[in-house]
Amino acid sequence: MSDQSVIHDIGYQRYTGTRLGRGYAARSLFEHGLRISFGLGRSAKAKIFPWIVIGMVSALAVIVVAIKAQTGEMVLSYQDLPATISVVAMVFLAVVAPELVSRDLRNQTLPLYFSRPIRRSDYALAKLAALIVAVWLLLAGPQTLIFLGSAFTAADASGVGAEARGLLGGWLISAVYAMVFASLAVLIASIASRRAFAAGAIVVVFMVTSPVVGLLIALGEGRAMSQIAPMFSPFLLPEGVRQWLFGTSFDVGPYGPVYGLVTLLLVAGCTSLLVLRYRKVSL
Amino acid sequence: MALIATQSLTKTYPGGVTALSDLTLSVEPGIIGLVGANGAGKSTMIKTLLGLLTPTSGRAEVLGLDPTTAGGQVRARVGYMPEHDCLPPDMIAAEFVTHMGRMTGLPRTVARERASEALRHVGLYEERYRQIGGYSTGMKQRVKLAQALVHDPDLLLLDEPTNGLDPAGRDAMLTLIHRIGTEFGISVVVCSHLLGEIERICDSLIAIEGGRLLRADRIDAMTTGTDVLAIEVAEGTAELSAALAQRGLTATAEGRMLLVPLTEEATYDLVLRTVAELDLPLHRLDQRRHRVAELFSTATPTPSLEVSHV
Repeated sequence: MSDQSVIHDIGYQRYTGTRLGRGYAARSLFEHGLRISFGLGRSAKAKIFPWIVIGMVSALAVIVVAIKAQTGEMVLSYQDLPATISVVAMVFLAVVAPELVSRDLRNQTLPLYFSRPIRRSDYALAKLAALIVAVWLLLAGPQTLIFLGSAFTAADASGVGAEARGLLGGWLISAVYAMVFASLAVLIASIASRRAFAAGAIVVVFMVTSPVVGLLIALGEGRAMSQIAPMFSPFLLPEGVRQWLFGTSFDVGPYGPVYGLVTLLLVAGCTSLLVLRYRKVSL
Repeated sequence: MALIATQSLTKTYPGGVTALSDLTLSVEPGIIGLVGANGAGKSTMIKTLLGLLTPTSGRAEVLGLDPTTAGGQVRARVGYMPEHDCLPPDMIAAEFVTHMGRMTGLPRTVARERASEALRHVGLYEERYRQIGGYSTGMKQRVKLAQALVHDPDLLLLDEPTNGLDPAGRDAMLTLIHRIGTEFGISVVVCSHLLGEIERICDSLIAIEGGRLLRADRIDAMTTGTDVLAIEVAEGTAELSAALAQRGLTATAEGRMLLVPLTEEATYDLVLRTVAELDLPLHRLDQRRHRVAELFSTATPTPSLEVSHV
């Protein structure tokens, strides 16, 4: 045995092992997208923003738990949480959605993806799914923190059960928020190749209807107009769904199912446009 | 089985531009040069072979599969290196190539191993843990090649791989491509507008112009077989030519160089001795194949193939 180790160049090795299919590739892309959303596997600079946001929402959850532990009063219900941090979630999206899709357009990385077995629609859907899950985690994370805090301070098992039911409801509302927000944001970001433009466009689209909707609600004063107007704001649409499902938000009159339908159409419409966008993208 | 076969392949873009017109060819595995001027239709051809573009009419076959109907299967066995920049500057090369390996179906650990291997084969060692943004053009070209190679394809489609490289970088890239084609056993289609550059490493050539096929054949069928010796001296080119003629070597001038047919090994020594006796400063002495360009210059009324003087 020689005590000196030698590196041998064994030359090029052909690969004869397993090759997984499209599904695996799409899952890998989804996973990659989810990691990028939180700056994982990227430079320290890319991690700053997502983790500031996560720090903020976690701090909020800790405060809620602390108040509950001290006074026994729940200042923010599970279902209230998404609405409370919806603006933060929008800013998160304005930064992360361009990271996910505009970057590939700008760096012209798309030809590398599309010259591989995945289809264009796989790419679009994997990116969308990654962003939906990222936003959902951002919203459901603090809800889960509140649950853990509350469960430990609950008096008995039935208390824990009630908290768990509350948490599930909160998760569901978070999912509605995540789908509405992410599908809009990805679609907008997929059109702009400059990240700054994409971020600006996302904020504009989310905010532009707010003053008009606010005005219509004020003018409507409990009549049909104030029950329908919130549909046109991405911030209020999920709240309408929440009222329809749980009756815990603002008054939507008989229009609850319409909120559900509009949400469904919005998400489906954005998804179809996104898939169409990538079918048309020039390489 | 032919590696690539096309039948009356035609691609007309919506704007009315015909990029490929009635292209029929068939090439055997090996290193294939695809030459033509800018805008001749090389990139369109590559994208059609990948199934990224649907031909307007006619059909293509790659590795026995039709890329229009079996695009996924074709793309799983082909590696593609685009002409333009396509790398995310803020990713680490090793991670990027790993990601691309997974995108082609390699399991996670295999992808990581093969990414390191591929980067090593293209000549990136410790640098592979750095962000791509800090790389030189030569290193970026190598990463682009590595991502095309990571999944061990049966065919590599390289679109202008020597773009933006300095002469030394070009030589290194061409040597690498030659190794891939010979040692690695992977067929390569290499696009270039510089015929003189790629003819050295190719087994066959496809020459297109304005979307039309000029010629597709094995390179040995195109060249007459005689190699030539190119000699360049700083001064006294005429003297040398005369001296060589005295010794029975017919030298033809090409630019500042003299070309002498290399009929036997002794020619080398004879040329060197002649140069030494005349005491001329010798700049260059290299053996090269007969220029294929001459074969095309007769076929095209407007010689648009640039010939590099490497």
